[in-house]
Formats: sequence, C-alpha cells, structure tokens
Amino acid sequence: MSEIVKKNLSEIIDLIKKKEIKSEELANLYIDKVNKSKKLNSYITTCFEHAIQKSKEFDKKPNLNSLLPGVPLAVKDLFCTNGFKTTAGSKMLENFIPQYESTVTENLWKEGAILLGKLNCDEYAMGSSNETSYFGSVVNPIAKDTVPGGSSGGSASALAADLTPATIGTDTGGSIRQPASFTGTVGLKPTYGLCSRWGIVAFASSLDQAGPMTKSVKDCSIMLEAMAGFDKKDSTSIEKKKENYSKNLKTDIKGLKIGIPKEYRVDNMPKEIDELWNKGKSILKDLGADIIDISLPHTKYALPTYYIVAPAEASSNLARYDGVKYGYRSSKGNDLIEMYENTRSEGFGDEVKRRILIGTYVLSSGYYDAYYLKAQKVRQLIKKDFDENFGKVDAILTPSTPSSAFKIGEKTNDPISMYLNDIFTVPVNLAGLPAISVPAGLDKKGYPLGLQLIGKTLDEQNILNVAYAFEKNCNFKNEIKNWWL
Amino acid sequence: MSIDKDKIKHISKLARISIDSKKSDSLAKDLTSIFKFIEQLNELNTDKVEPLSSILNTPLRSREDQINDGKIRDKILENSPKKNEEFFVVPKVIE
Repeated sequence: MSEIVKKNLSEIIDLIKKKEIKSEELANLYIDKVNKSKKLNSYITTCFEHAIQKSKEFDKKPNLNSLLPGVPLAVKDLFCTNGFKTTAGSKMLENFIPQYESTVTENLWKEGAILLGKLNCDEYAMGSSNETSYFGSVVNPIAKDTVPGGSSGGSASALAADLTPATIGTDTGGSIRQPASFTGTVGLKPTYGLCSRWGIVAFASSLDQAGPMTKSVKDCSIMLEAMAGFDKKDSTSIEKKKENYSKNLKTDIKGLKIGIPKEYRVDNMPKEIDELWNKGKSILKDLGADIIDISLPHTKYALPTYYIVAPAEASSNLARYDGVKYGYRSSKGNDLIEMYENTRSEGFGDEVKRRILIGTYVLSSGYYDAYYLKAQKVRQLIKKDFDENFGKVDAILTPSTPSSAFKIGEKTNDPISMYLNDIFTVPVNLAGLPAISVPAGLDKKGYPLGLQLIGKTLDEQNILNVAYAFEKNCNFKNEIKNWWL
Repeated sequence: MSIDKDKIKHISKLARISIDSKKSDSLAKDLTSIFKFIEQLNELNTDKVEPLSSILNTPLRSREDQINDGKIRDKILENSPKKNEEFFVVPKVIE
C-alpha cells in the first residue's frame, strides 16, 4: 500500500506543486485503497471514472495556483453533486440525482479539487454514530466494532483510513466535531453563515453549517479557505471578504485568554477526559496563554433546547418528501393522502420519524408556546452566556465529547444516551459560534479523544491558531493499523 | 408530558406518516422519555426573555423580484417518481 495516501493534505498539495506526483496517479492511489476498504462502509457512491477523467484534464493543463490543485476529495453525501447520486443516507433519496451543485462543493471544484465519491452519514444527518444510515453502519478504522461517530461518520472514517486526503461534513449539533474526536482527526464547525447552505440537504436550517474535516490544523485552514464565502443564494450567508486562513496561520498565542467553563465538568465524566482537559490547559499555559475560569450557567439546558429546536425545524424541512416531485414513492395507498403517509412511513428510518414526530408535536396548536417558544427563549440565554464571557476571554477550551468511540449497537436502543454524546458540542450550534475539535490524546483502549476550542463569531482564524499551536506541542499520534485490509 | 398511543396517532396524522400499530407502543415510550428530558427547561423562568429565532443580527436579505432561472422544467422532472409528459402524476384527488 502506498505511503502517499497517509500524508496530510498540505503535503499532497506540495507533491503536486513540485510535480512529484500527477493528479491521475494520486487519484489511482486513493481508488486502490477505497476498493480494498469496503469493510469500513464509508463510501455510499464512488465517482472513480469522473475522478480519473478530471485528473487527466488537470494533468494536461495544471493550474498550480489554486488552493486544492488536482486533489481528489470525497464529501459527505448530504451535499448535492450535479449528476451524482445524493442520498442523505436515506431510502427516501436512494436514487436522487441532483441537477445542480451545492455552493460549497462548487467552491472546492473551482479551487482544483476533484470529486472522488460520496460518504456515508446518518440519515438526514440525524444521529451521533452513523448507525441510522439506510446504507448501514460505518466502522471506525480505530477498532473493528466501534462507531466513527456521527452524523459525518463516513467522512471521519474515510479520512482516518486514508480513503480521502481531506473531506467536508455538516454540523448541526456536533456532527463534524464528535466524529473528528472519535477518529483522531481535526473538524471545524464555522460561524453560522460563513459557508453557504445552498444545495445541502436541510436538517435544521438555523443550526446547519458545513465545515472541513482533515488530518491536521493546517489542512483545516486550507479547506475552510476553499469552502467559505458569501453566497447570495443563501439568505443567511454573511457578506464579508474572503480570508487567507492558511497564510495567516501562526503559533504565537502569547497573552491570549482561554476560558475554562466549569459547567462542562459533567457528572460521570470519565477521569481520562478530565485529565486530557487539564493537559490541554497546561499546554496552552506553557505557550503563554492565560487560563481563566468562567461560567456558562445555562449549559445543561442546551441539549433539551436543541431537541426542541432541531426536530421542529426538521419536521418543517422534511415535509417536502411527499413522493411527488422527487425521491421515493410508495406503491401502496388508495388516494393522495395515503400515498403521502405510506411514502413517508416506508422512506424514512426510525430516528428520522421520531424527530419529525417530536417536531410536529412541539409546533402543533396548543403546544407551540410551551415548547418551541420556550426553547427559543432558552436559546437566547445560552447565547448570552457566551456573549458575556467573550468580553473576558478570546477562546474557550472544553472536551469535544464525554467519551471515546463506543461499540456498534451499544446505544441504539436508548435515544437519550445517544443524544448525550453531543452535550459539549450542541451549545455552540445554538449560539452560532465557530468551534474546532483537535485530537489531544488516546484513552486506555488506545481510542482517540479530542479537545474543543470555541471562538467568537467569525473568529475562525483565532481558534485555528490556538489549535495549530496546541497540535504542535501535543504530539498526538493516531494508531491506525489498517486491520481491515 | 406522557405520550400515549392516541397521541402518537394524532401526531403521525399531522406529520403524514403512517405508524404501524405494533411500533406505536415503543415509539410512545421513547417519546415520553424524550419529552421528560426536554421538559427540564421548565425549571427556568423565561418570562422576561426575548425568544431567539436567528443568531444573525441583520435581517434576512430579500432578493429582487426577478426571474433568474427558468427553462429547467425537464431537469426538474428528471427525478420525479411518476410523470406524464410535462406533468407530475399523483393518485386521483377528485372524484
């Protein structure tokens, strides 16, 4: 097996720029490894012919000034790709072929990247273990029977297994950061509005954000730079100048104030996570940062708030799947209404149905004020917690997840215990802030654990810098043994 | 809030999802525990709090009322589960 696929994105870009490898050779190396890695089930669709053709075109006339010159990339199967199946991990969209391209993927192709395939994910991005996918569970390359996290589980698994040099996911409540933490990779959820949502299969529109998943912080800055940007097709897209995150990356964090929120020390948190958090604090302190204890008093209400807001928005967004214009249609039913009901019953999986029902209920007549309006008010309090503290600190350091990767099947029968996975990631989505998960250590089993850095609105550069400095001084090494080959 | 089979029937009707009666017991149990979890919010007094519906400080942009695409009828029909020439076909709605 080639060693080249193990390299970071930035190293691969260097090889291409120095003409030490051609785009086509590179595509073939990844294709070879993807073909031998079916056990992981990280790809739903492969686009190999397309990748070879595009890489040949690139090699004939290489534009080496682009950010991702001739780099083959696989993306989460939630991004619409023109002419290539986009399933969202659902039976409902099993045969859906978009006739247009999502803005974020379009931005990647404009920077020279080439679509290699579509990666498995929880159905409609609803899940924390990739087990709700209609196309089956994904395996974490860390160990045989473990989940890669979710919902961007296929992305995290493919990345950690060297089946793509970098990738993108979406994060509504932790769906980039939690799988990044479970696989020893880097994942960033940008500020709400930094990356366009246009052409991404919608889950909860006030929370959804696309972001990069990579093997290093530097790679993360390159990918973010390529993806981000104003898009008039998304009415919540932020109008601002493009930033050069990769060029401006630096390790000097002297004098930065890092907040440590006491509410993130939750009951029953494994000792290892607490130790890792302390290790993170001392690394940043040694680099000259000031560590400051802070309080985010409404933290414990973030998950209950999320499980009103997200299902409410999902029930509204998923109303479009009625079997008429596209997607699955049931052959059963005597009239239009029965056709709708059977289509949605057969086309959606259990978790998606559960969330649509929760959302429908909290928005229904007589319950709106008690649930939805209440949740919007608490969301305000959660955001205020952050606003008040960002006067005192420049970034906040927390664990990314309350545990390392768990076993496939371990939590599928208990929705609440599954939801608790996102306890540290959800508040950030509710407040619309940027946050990055960076690998920080291994637990006793040898499974990776991540730490999360939360930044101010549009302060991606700052959290990238802190993560970059942390990465350089943490000496984290992922121990993936290619056992599935 | 405890969710029973009748409530499941009512919500699933609103959501246009038919629910197998065999599954509705376990679904009622799951939803009851989820609602118990989200009702923690009732511990908080939010009488004087403004609801937050968007984290963006600026109002949503509206676009000019202009046709900016069109002529994509055939593309749109491409993914339809059932069509007849330029129409989507659905089960009969009027007698």
